Amino acid sequence: MNAIICIARREMQSYLNSPVAYVVLGIFLLLLGYFYFSTLFLIGFASMRNFFSIAPMLLVVFAPALSMRLIAEERKSGTIESLLNFPVRDFEVVLGKFLGGFGIVALGLLFTVPYVFSVAWLAPKEMSFDYGPVIGGYFGLLLLSSSFIAFGLFASSFTKNQIVAFVVGFILCVFFFLIDKAAIILPYSLAFIFEFLSVDTHFTNIARGVLDSRDVLYYVSLTAVTLFFTTRMLRRSRG
Amino acid sequence: MTNALSTNIIQVRDLIKSYGSVPAIKGLTFEIGKGQVVGFLGPNGAGKSTTMKILTGYLQPTSGTVKILGIDVTENSIEARHHIGYLPENNPLYEEMMVMEYLEFVAQMRQIPKSKRRMMIDKAIHACGLEPAVRKDIAVLSKGYCQRVGLAQAIVHDPQLLILDEPTSGLDPNQIIEIRSLIKKLGEEKTVLMSTHILSEAQSTCSRILIINDGKLVADDTPLQLTQQEGGSIYVVVASNKKIQLSKTEVSRQLASIFGVTKVESIDEYKDAGVAMIVSYDKQDPRSDIFQKVVSLDWILLEMRRKEITLEETFRRLTKE
Repeated sequence: MNAIICIARREMQSYLNSPVAYVVLGIFLLLLGYFYFSTLFLIGFASMRNFFSIAPMLLVVFAPALSMRLIAEERKSGTIESLLNFPVRDFEVVLGKFLGGFGIVALGLLFTVPYVFSVAWLAPKEMSFDYGPVIGGYFGLLLLSSSFIAFGLFASSFTKNQIVAFVVGFILCVFFFLIDKAAIILPYSLAFIFEFLSVDTHFTNIARGVLDSRDVLYYVSLTAVTLFFTTRMLRRSRG
Repeated sequence: MTNALSTNIIQVRDLIKSYGSVPAIKGLTFEIGKGQVVGFLGPNGAGKSTTMKILTGYLQPTSGTVKILGIDVTENSIEARHHIGYLPENNPLYEEMMVMEYLEFVAQMRQIPKSKRRMMIDKAIHACGLEPAVRKDIAVLSKGYCQRVGLAQAIVHDPQLLILDEPTSGLDPNQIIEIRSLIKKLGEEKTVLMSTHILSEAQSTCSRILIINDGKLVADDTPLQLTQQEGGSIYVVVASNKKIQLSKTEVSRQLASIFGVTKVESIDEYKDAGVAMIVSYDKQDPRSDIFQKVVSLDWILLEMRRKEITLEETFRRLTKE
């Protein structure tokens, strides 16, 4: 347990020590803010709904961008060898890395919290701002990011090349994000499965403010399965 | 978990390791007792690093057993890793961290309790002479200091066994001597297994040398034994007592008749009055016989010197295909 936190903390510190993290997070916030606020005033309605439909799309790109280095960089520099020589189990290493990446995304999302208050302030006095969907939305975003970070970490676990890690992670994120869009052309039974597999479907449910254990379970198991395969991948490098 | 009966720190039995279908280690068996500093030699690709990575538990062996303090590294890897300090080849470090930060990270990962952490880190820093670099980023350190950081992280948890993969590679001669004396000092308390390509280093630092070639052990002895084996050559210069030039063929014939001499070669460049020869022998040292022969022929022995075998020659003999 100690080791997991220790790895996660080191990971976050090294993110925050490098300019890349600030650039990536900065662009993320800039795009998110721009897309959201440019439509907010056209709609003329104080709601965060658009924010929660833009954020997942951006995370499809930014989560793998933030997680691509997690293991690939250690493979490249050779530090993976000392890391895997600590008296620590492989899954602890994976969990630590995951939490480190997740922490950075969560930090990015934290910077968008002021949006909530400014939009709530814009809402007319006679109509009180509904915080329910916002809390649900953020919760959903955290769950969604956890599975995206897990995809990115998995992609990072079998290569030295961060670009390869990014592309593979991106493809995984896109696949699980868009899979329900293919449902339209499929017969009902298949469409149901595709929709169930989609990250976006479950997110929309949660962001509506309806917290269903099925949706939460979906994200938790998707993350867990991906981290399991990441651990397997790490073990494979032990030959 | 530790087997009290075994005094062996490392016990390797019938170790085999293949990468896919490519065999890297083809049956390796050796033991290393407490308090030895052992040099691990072999040409590139002989399997040194692979063996070390298996000992530390980073790689899984294909077959065979490896025990560290009686703990099987395959069955009980985590437990075994607690007793090992490891400096990997090329000494990979997190360059963006400060030395102190890095050692604290290592100490935490090594599960040193918080109360002892500070003290043990300070001890490692002191032992490696790292005091001037503590607050510096690892990225700006010289290679010699990086190597000290690598050694400090290997000893911070006070392990009984140190495994060092080419600890002096890429250093300048001054740094090499510093690191070497540091290893010697660490070897007073710990068992050390170090690989190196500098044979004189193995000779001066280690009390025992293992040489592997093509995945197999080809020598396991003290440096002294490895350089004083059966056979060798003697440089001899003889001259006639009667102010006349000796003929080379005569000298050669006489020397060749001595028991144990296998080959006599003359040295042409010798300009003085005498005749110089290189006498090779295979078993017994024939120096006293040569002396007696020269006296009996009423010649004068101007010079006689046994040519030392260097560890390089032993190494080359054992490891060339």
